[in-house]
Amino acid sequence: MRESPKKPRSESAPRAELFAHGADIGVRGIGPTPASAFEEGALALVMAITDPARVAAESAVEIRCEAPDLGLLFLDWLNALIYEMAVRRFLFGRFAVRVDPSTGSGHRLFARAWGEPVDRVRHAPAVEPKGATLTALKVEFRDGAWVAECVVDV
Amino acid sequence: MELSRLEPLSSTKWRRPPEGGMRVPAIIFGDEALVRAMDEKVLEQISNVARLPGIVGAAYAMPDAHWGYGFPIGGVAAFDPDEGGVVSAGGVGFDISCGVRTLLTGLKRGDIEPQKEALAGRLYETIPAGLGSTGKIRLDEIEMDRMLSGGARWAIERGWGRSEDLDRIEEGGAMPGARPEHVSHRARQRQMDEMGTLGSGNHYLEVQEIAAIHDGALGKAFGLVRGEMVISIHCGSRGLGHQIGTEFLREMAVAAPAAGITLPDRELACAPARSELGERYLGAMRAAINCAFANRQILTHLTRTVFREFFAEASLSLLFDVSHNTAKEEEHEVAGERRPLLVHRKGATRAFGARHEGLPDAFAATGQPVFIGGSMGTPSAIMVGPERRPEEAFASSCHGAGRAMSRHQALRLWHGRQVVDELRERGIIVKSPSLRGVAEEAPGAYKDSLAVVEAAHLAGLSRKVATLDPLLCIKG
Repeated sequence: MRESPKKPRSESAPRAELFAHGADIGVRGIGPTPASAFEEGALALVMAITDPARVAAESAVEIRCEAPDLGLLFLDWLNALIYEMAVRRFLFGRFAVRVDPSTGSGHRLFARAWGEPVDRVRHAPAVEPKGATLTALKVEFRDGAWVAECVVDV
Repeated sequence: MELSRLEPLSSTKWRRPPEGGMRVPAIIFGDEALVRAMDEKVLEQISNVARLPGIVGAAYAMPDAHWGYGFPIGGVAAFDPDEGGVVSAGGVGFDISCGVRTLLTGLKRGDIEPQKEALAGRLYETIPAGLGSTGKIRLDEIEMDRMLSGGARWAIERGWGRSEDLDRIEEGGAMPGARPEHVSHRARQRQMDEMGTLGSGNHYLEVQEIAAIHDGALGKAFGLVRGEMVISIHCGSRGLGHQIGTEFLREMAVAAPAAGITLPDRELACAPARSELGERYLGAMRAAINCAFANRQILTHLTRTVFREFFAEASLSLLFDVSHNTAKEEEHEVAGERRPLLVHRKGATRAFGARHEGLPDAFAATGQPVFIGGSMGTPSAIMVGPERRPEEAFASSCHGAGRAMSRHQALRLWHGRQVVDELRERGIIVKSPSLRGVAEEAPGAYKDSLAVVEAAHLAGLSRKVATLDPLLCIKG
């Protein structure tokens, strides 16, 4: 598990992190754009379950979300992934996200997630995400990078 | 937690007076060491709960409380629906009606010890556990509706249990007021093949030895004999409950301003209990309670099937089944007046004392059993609802040891293989699909379960009856 940096980093290089929470797990994506931060946030969600490098990009699922603000859009994005993983018995390891700027009806996300069915021996999933929560939910430009983060109930 | 903001009311009860918009005080239970060890976030979260509309009495944190989302885990709060009181999806949690049931085996440790490897193996093969596992039951839409209305009663009608089990489940195994039509297509999809699955995280099936009886009369009344083995099953409403929690948490967060609710933090998303949204959530949440009842009933059936292969004479009668994550309409005394309230318990157990009108006949004279779960290598406990009236914290008690550190911290301290091997040296067999999951759930990652039990006992939340030591653990 990768740790959170003790001090905020200034570079916007895309990266996924987990941060500590009492009983659950915080996921954080960092990148030069909101879309990149969302991709990395999704990767952090998978890191809470298994090593994403063990997940083969065998097939893709398309996901669309719409929300009144970027925070809720990130929440919806993670929850859409949790739903798809649950009903397909799937894990994802690669993501491509596009976030359209806010229109009158809010922000829109178009994404593709690649993965494969869960292999309980090879993936050895540590936890089962139940849902992304509003706790510590933030999507903001911070120290030169976009950061998307929240606590996921596991 | 810094104690300077708290007034000690006793050695196990601490009060934060109302301030900064708090409508009622916050009360934290626990001895000084437990409360000092709690995260500051517990006080912050329970103080925010005290700001919600319609809250009555106080907002409570149990001795096992830790940082949650919205409410702390181990949080209890009651709202008066007729006084603008709210219902909060975050106050119930995603794993709706997550709970514990305990079965009596009548077997001694010596009966199980020679076969424990084989028994652990068969339980692990039979009880689907961990992410990606599925049950053998597939529900179509009609059966899904029946399950969501009927709970454990539905399961028993399908052959997964005995009718006498129903007398030993809260609400008789079928939560009234369930509205399956308020359960979304997505929630149903997540549950289609998850009936009879354990889940993951802190969920488990444990075979435990009754190591000590603290109250002989109550132990006898509950059928507990020192040296005999019991089985405890900890799980909830699986994907269906998770999806209901997900959907309503978001909907409540978006709708709160229009309902005139100013949230101290968006994670406390709630709706007036008497609103269309509030009623819709309550109907769906009650259906999820039934899903949890049915799930634990099916797991009980699977467990009985395995035990019959090894011990034909063991009947595995159900002692009781309790829920941890619920919002229930109950009548409680507030300032000398009986009032109908909506009691939220998130990571907390209902603890009705003797002669409470909500108890099944089996426990009318004793009060209801309260189960406090340990973590693989640590003791669990059986307690009972208090004698004191009115009960503390709207008749609630703790539900487990409660985490002492994050999963993150636990992974720095333990490796799964090391935990499994060390427990095996102590004679405890752990079976899990994930060694990393075992490390995250290492016994040392939790508070001292016996200290939590002692604090609950001294605080009058519930009384000690028995202590249980683990022998086998199937971990999700």
